[in-house]
Amino acid sequence: MTTTTKNDVKSEPVSRRRRKRSRASLFSQGEPMVWLTGGGLVISLLMIVGLLVLVLFHGMGTFWPSELPRFVTKDGQVVMGEVTRQQRYEDEDSGGRKLVRTGNFDLSGEHFRWIDDSSIVDRTLPPWALVIERTEWGIFYGFPKAFIFEGETVAADPAGVYEKYQEYHKEVSERRERRRKLETVDVGKVNHVLEKARLAIKSAELKYGKGSPSWERATKAYEAAEQRATEDFKDIRLKIDALNRSNARYVMLMETAQGQEKQVPLAGIVRAYPANSLDFTGRTTIYLARWIEFLVDEPREANSEGGVYPAIFGTVVMTLIMSLAVMPFGIMAALYLREYARAGTIISIVRISINNLAGVPSIVFGVFGLGFFCYFIGASIDQLFFAEHLPNPTYGKGGVLWAALTLALLTLPVVIVATEEALSAVPNSMREGSYACGASKWQTIKRIILPRAMPGIMTGMILAMARGAGEVAPLMLVGAVKLAPELPIDGIFPYIHAERSFMHLGFHIYDLGFQSQNSEAAKPMVFSTTLLLIGIVFLLNVVAVRLRTRLRKKFESAAF
Amino acid sequence: MAEQLVDSVKEGTGDAHMSRLALIAEGQTFPTDVHDELKREEPILEIRDFNLHYGEKQALFDVEMKISKGLVTALIGPSGCGKSTLLRSVNRINDLLPTVRIKGDILLNGESMYDPGVDVIELRKRMGMVFQKPNPFPMSIYENVVYPLRIDGERNKDILDEVCETSLKGAALWEEMKDRLHESALGLSGGQQQRLCIARAIAAEPEVLLMDEPCSALDPIATNKIEDLIEQLKGDYSILIVTHNMQQAARTSDYTAFMYLGHLIEYGPTDRIFVRPHLRDTMDYVTGRFG
Repeated sequence: MTTTTKNDVKSEPVSRRRRKRSRASLFSQGEPMVWLTGGGLVISLLMIVGLLVLVLFHGMGTFWPSELPRFVTKDGQVVMGEVTRQQRYEDEDSGGRKLVRTGNFDLSGEHFRWIDDSSIVDRTLPPWALVIERTEWGIFYGFPKAFIFEGETVAADPAGVYEKYQEYHKEVSERRERRRKLETVDVGKVNHVLEKARLAIKSAELKYGKGSPSWERATKAYEAAEQRATEDFKDIRLKIDALNRSNARYVMLMETAQGQEKQVPLAGIVRAYPANSLDFTGRTTIYLARWIEFLVDEPREANSEGGVYPAIFGTVVMTLIMSLAVMPFGIMAALYLREYARAGTIISIVRISINNLAGVPSIVFGVFGLGFFCYFIGASIDQLFFAEHLPNPTYGKGGVLWAALTLALLTLPVVIVATEEALSAVPNSMREGSYACGASKWQTIKRIILPRAMPGIMTGMILAMARGAGEVAPLMLVGAVKLAPELPIDGIFPYIHAERSFMHLGFHIYDLGFQSQNSEAAKPMVFSTTLLLIGIVFLLNVVAVRLRTRLRKKFESAAF
Repeated sequence: MAEQLVDSVKEGTGDAHMSRLALIAEGQTFPTDVHDELKREEPILEIRDFNLHYGEKQALFDVEMKISKGLVTALIGPSGCGKSTLLRSVNRINDLLPTVRIKGDILLNGESMYDPGVDVIELRKRMGMVFQKPNPFPMSIYENVVYPLRIDGERNKDILDEVCETSLKGAALWEEMKDRLHESALGLSGGQQQRLCIARAIAAEPEVLLMDEPCSALDPIATNKIEDLIEQLKGDYSILIVTHNMQQAARTSDYTAFMYLGHLIEYGPTDRIFVRPHLRDTMDYVTGRFG
């Protein structure tokens, strides 16, 4: 260094010696931090990817038709079923044990059986072992013996029986579907008319008292409606009976691996296939058919079989209502906090409280929602508008609206915090520029600040939606149920029934995995449902992200 | 000793070099040295006994100043001397900061601006302001220019188109922009953005144009264009410009005010301030001996 003068050198020769530079130090080069931070990222990613892969692997595999082996054990027992799990004993070399889904619950009284590997003396894959998914009693495994049409055997060899099954199953299924429609939709419509007439009496009674002219009129109308309904019911009954009769003509005689015979009516069969003689195309067809059933059908057998369509529907409707509710409130609150309120102690306390709100256990929100929305607001609405329904609650119980509002409350902090961040990221020069043009505060917010902050607000919205769609605990209290007979949106006036209970995928997972009687059989469905829920959240997010991109483009076409 | 010095400085005798500024730094106050030429001009703005505090800190001390109509007035002075604060007080944009306290008044065409009954929003519409950093809004060029009309609720497309064209022409930007009016303003270069901000400021046909170091973020060519523009706008608008660039003040302005630590030191015709100022302090500053 040339800046040190001669004088300095004389008086303090030591100072000329260069300060030791720590070039050799690992930390001065920053290498360890790269590894440390990178390692942190890798570990986080591994955990997330691991979870996703697990869910994806099990969820995708659930519906793949596996082979159907027949085991003979040392003590002469015959067991046939799909192997669902394999375990190894720790100390023994002799292998382990298998969990075999034996089905045929109506005959054997059990769904599963453990078999020791060491006790197996024979394992075969019988080509005509059929897997039959039934509408009742779960899966049936067995061999086709005969196909009976109107009491007469029309085929007696397995191939012939299966051929007949394929020939008739479609029309039988169609008739079953028609019957189901008659039972739910048509009967529902008649009931709806009848219920309306009954409520009219009660309403007239509440308004004008018993015996008043309007009451008399309503009673007469009800009697007429009742008469008409009885006729309608008779009509529907006749149609159903006719369908039942024609379906009852087709029966498949099956034999289990143990030699028991069982008549399986064709109307009770959802799907039947010879698991061991399927080629790849056949398996793929069944796999896809099962996925479609899973996505568009209603659940059967205490939710452990069939589809989850009502749960998909409920989840999406609830999440959308929640988003609609939380958006305006969250944005307005954040706007006040960031743009209008003067910074001070009170605002700081409010802000801290909002952040803390995000840490309140979600079940507490559920309890609050139940107490406030269902029992207070809902009950008041019932008193005012649905008095004739009482004592049956209309809004005074859990429902999709209250669930959505409870979750809106739960996700409000997320939206407020994200919106505030987005607002504070708008440069002050924009605000000043707008004010200098003579814009009022609201004009500035509306025309400059909100458009500029909108992508950030949408990000908060996406976070809130992901959080809300995956939440289960509060929903158990405010409206999610195991099985909802009716969807929150249907064809009967007023079309949107926000007071109805609904099914939710998150709750469905809990119900399948931990509340089901046959939880072993439901376990694979847990993974599929989880996969579906993740998929739906992902889809909703994709929609929101696309919306965000479009907004960005709309408000400014250049860099952001 | 100190009092003697103060007296000698006030009388302009003795060794006045730097000492007036040094005394101001110690808390003394002096009346502004206003040149006689200003008395002949018709003022559009009258700043009266203006004091401004940011919280505990006083930023402006008893500023007395008349801004002449239809001319360019430059505010010069070292960093932190309060030029920008004074400029921002003129359209009351300082009001937005919660800690600001104000004593004194500013008159626009003889009407008080700090009267409690004054509609600040109406007031700001009578002033255009151009900021140090170009701040076009995140919308199209067209929408940027007509923004002041939009907030007035103007919906007539013909009027909007006409104002857009005249304003862009006024800001010497029409030829460059006429084919890309509906592109985002954020895609323009810095100089174009600043001229766009000027177009936006004159779209509302203000009485006063306030410019807060409009060229400090621009390259020399863009700076030249803005200076030419100021030259053209003079006459139609009364311009108050804050600048760090002494040559710019000398080139563009008719009157120049020299400020120091919140005090207005000397105020007179630009050619006088830069060539024969009354005070040594001003001379030292404009010749670059400090600041």
